[in-house]
Amino acid sequence: MSVGGITKTTQYLTFKLGEEIFAVDVAQVREILDFTTVTKVPQTPEFMRGVINLRGSVVPVVDMRLKFGMSRTEKSVNTCIVVVEVTLESETLIIGALADSVQEVVELEPGQIEPPPKIGSRLRFEFLKGMGKRDEQFIMILDIDKVFSATEIATVLGAQQEAKLSENTGSSSEKGA
Amino acid sequence: MIDEYRKAFREEAADLLADLETALLELESDPMNLEMLGQVFRTMHTIKGSGSMFGFDDVAAFTHELETAFDLIRRGKVRVNKQLIDLTLNARDLIRAMIEVSFGGEPVEEARKNIVIEALHYLLVQGSVAGERQPEVSVAPGKQAGVLIHGAPELPGVDGRSEDKAKIEAKQVGGGLKTWRIRFKPAVNLFRQGVNPVLMLNELRELGDVRIIAGLDAIPELQDLDPEGCFISWDVLLTTANGLQSIRDVFIFVEDESEIRIDLIDEFAHVDDEGPGKRLGEILVDRGDLKKDDLAKVLEEHKKIGELLVESGAAGSGQVEAALLEQQHLSDLRKKKQAVEATSSIRVTSERLDSLVNLIGELVTVQARLSQTAASRNDPELLAIGEVVERLTADLRDSALNIRMMPIGATFSKFRRLVRDLSTELGREIELITDGAETELDKTVIEKLNDLLVHLIRNSIDHGIEPPEERENKGKSRSGHIHLSAMHSGAQVLVQIRDDGRGLDREAIRTKAIERGLVQPNAEVTDKELFSLIFLPGFSTAKKVTNVSGRGVGLDVVKRAIDELRGSIDVASQPDIGSEITLKLPLTLAIIDGLLVRISDRSYVLPLSVVRECVELKPEDVARGHGKHVAIVRGEMVPYVRLRERFGIGGPRPNIEQIVITEVEGLRVGFVVDHVIGEHQTVIKTLGSFYKDVEGLSGATILGDGSVALIMDIGKLIQSAEREEVSRV
Repeated sequence: MSVGGITKTTQYLTFKLGEEIFAVDVAQVREILDFTTVTKVPQTPEFMRGVINLRGSVVPVVDMRLKFGMSRTEKSVNTCIVVVEVTLESETLIIGALADSVQEVVELEPGQIEPPPKIGSRLRFEFLKGMGKRDEQFIMILDIDKVFSATEIATVLGAQQEAKLSENTGSSSEKGA
Repeated sequence: MIDEYRKAFREEAADLLADLETALLELESDPMNLEMLGQVFRTMHTIKGSGSMFGFDDVAAFTHELETAFDLIRRGKVRVNKQLIDLTLNARDLIRAMIEVSFGGEPVEEARKNIVIEALHYLLVQGSVAGERQPEVSVAPGKQAGVLIHGAPELPGVDGRSEDKAKIEAKQVGGGLKTWRIRFKPAVNLFRQGVNPVLMLNELRELGDVRIIAGLDAIPELQDLDPEGCFISWDVLLTTANGLQSIRDVFIFVEDESEIRIDLIDEFAHVDDEGPGKRLGEILVDRGDLKKDDLAKVLEEHKKIGELLVESGAAGSGQVEAALLEQQHLSDLRKKKQAVEATSSIRVTSERLDSLVNLIGELVTVQARLSQTAASRNDPELLAIGEVVERLTADLRDSALNIRMMPIGATFSKFRRLVRDLSTELGREIELITDGAETELDKTVIEKLNDLLVHLIRNSIDHGIEPPEERENKGKSRSGHIHLSAMHSGAQVLVQIRDDGRGLDREAIRTKAIERGLVQPNAEVTDKELFSLIFLPGFSTAKKVTNVSGRGVGLDVVKRAIDELRGSIDVASQPDIGSEITLKLPLTLAIIDGLLVRISDRSYVLPLSVVRECVELKPEDVARGHGKHVAIVRGEMVPYVRLRERFGIGGPRPNIEQIVITEVEGLRVGFVVDHVIGEHQTVIKTLGSFYKDVEGLSGATILGDGSVALIMDIGKLIQSAEREEVSRV
């Protein structure tokens, strides 16, 4: 039985957000950076922490804890930026995901992965590919493309624009702009 | 491998076909233009030649037919007319299609080719009959070459005396540049007749590239000098496209009494002949200043020939000097020609250029780091190196960006065809006037601009320009005008499309806007606001949809593309006078000069091109504003925006803040920041699609210390501030 289209033994990079362990397919991980200064882009939601300089290119950084409804990531010696490649409408985006700490690379066979629980997880069901189990610990395998999918970003920006509109008391003047 | 060559041919052919089109259209408006005719012929010949070389035999065969036809025209057998141009343009498109077949294009039907060729033959037979009815020797001097077209470039022996020959000469010259030697030895009583030879020399200067040397050898000793006599003669070397007749015309009033000799010494076309130029001695002999025997005698002595000649008295020093000048003039011409060939262009793929610019971007970033480190170490030696590197990077940056600059003219000339075809299709008479074709823009911008302009020009033709009858009823000229112009304005380029058509229908737009709920029925809306609505998706007031426009798609695409280029678009229009669309585009997309500022611990960059000055904002200034964000700068009120509030940045404000005063479209707005750091060469990095809809930012850049600073889009910031202001009222 395969879960979430997982049929092969795959390597996953695991990382921690709080006490929970998450995993992404290593094929989508570009590199892992130490936490550096992140430049906040004004008028964006809090979970979009800003941008960093990755050897000359500007890469957005997302606070995974905030994204998943936990408290804001605080900087510690273990805080890392996991740079992942996300496919969004056939376009490849490079995004930095903020994690409390990076654990290890594990190999999971399809048999070790169970379908994600529909309840009991603080995460949205569609963000997960499956639940891996290793040494009595659950690993939540993320579908990173879905986490940063177009609709996700669009809702984010939509919310941001609404926020802007509510700033302007008479939003009727927005028309025709 | 062969594919590589075929690809190269395809690119070359695309350029050649574009040239051909331009030349044909030029020829249509000026059928007597021999140069253009020559160009058409040459271009066809090149296409034929390289076509057969790379195995495009069908192209070669077809072009051969065309070439034959144009040979007849060139030889003056047939005259250029609209039908012929139509047909040739058609043929041009066919050639293009034929080439594209090898690259996956639709196959070209034999029949289409045959139709064109047969029509061409028919026209030529007809044309040559018409041509013969034309008087064979219709003569107009100077530039206005005769009605008949003589293309034969061979030159009859010119003795400069025969009037008839001179006239033929005048007609034939048209094309190439030729160099003439003019010896003007006025009569002694020239001055007494009230003639000023300087004016004549000036007239010669207007004809072309001129070198003049005065012959002073005939001036007598002072005691014998008649102060009112003219003893000076002039040797003039003239390189001109004008014929012999126009030179003779200069001397028309003095030719009876003065000694005037005009000889053709070089055809520009022959300048590229191999081998060194004529020797001084040969030139003197040629000019009749020196006998051949004398030359041989002097040459035996093996000294510097010029000096020897003067010493031996065989030639006057003035004559030698004149001959030397002639020698130099000719060799200069050769050099010039060689230089033209040497500076000819190299084809480079744009990816290579892009990667060069990227590398320079990296270099600029590293240089900023070097300067910063040098400044912090306070080591004079390191600082000096840092400064040199800074200057070099700036130069390197400018020249690399310069490579990417292309004149917009090539794009403009494409539209002549578009306008021509569309106006025929829609039954309009339209003249396209272009201006500022030499204006240079970044290659990427030009490429994107092309499609946009197509949209806008189509719109002008379809909605703007009225049919000829309607125009006449309105008391306008039958044919409409579309004026396409480009010019620099600071760090921006303005591209304007102006037509003298019926203008935008204000009421129709208003009705439509009310219908769509964009405008309240009783609201006062300015023209500018109203006209900006036409850029909304699906907004069309056209009653009927043509295949040219009216579907309401197009202008929103234009608007979006302009936004992507970080440009802006403006519409002005008056009923029955016409409309004017102005595109403002940045000169370059890669690197700009910026002003680095700091708010709290964050860095921002403002484009330096919009910054006018920086002034301090003290607490008492704020108090004087009584809650209004207005500063008084040298007696002038300048509204300001607090970026700290705008960007939601916390933290304490410094006691004295700085206002960066910017000017966009004549509007001065200040932006309050904590500190102004200074100028910064800013390599623009996109924020990516993750942040694409963030308003007021146009990108990011990397500072010397590796941190990221955001680049502000001042135009957008002002717009959104204005909107908020309005909504607050």
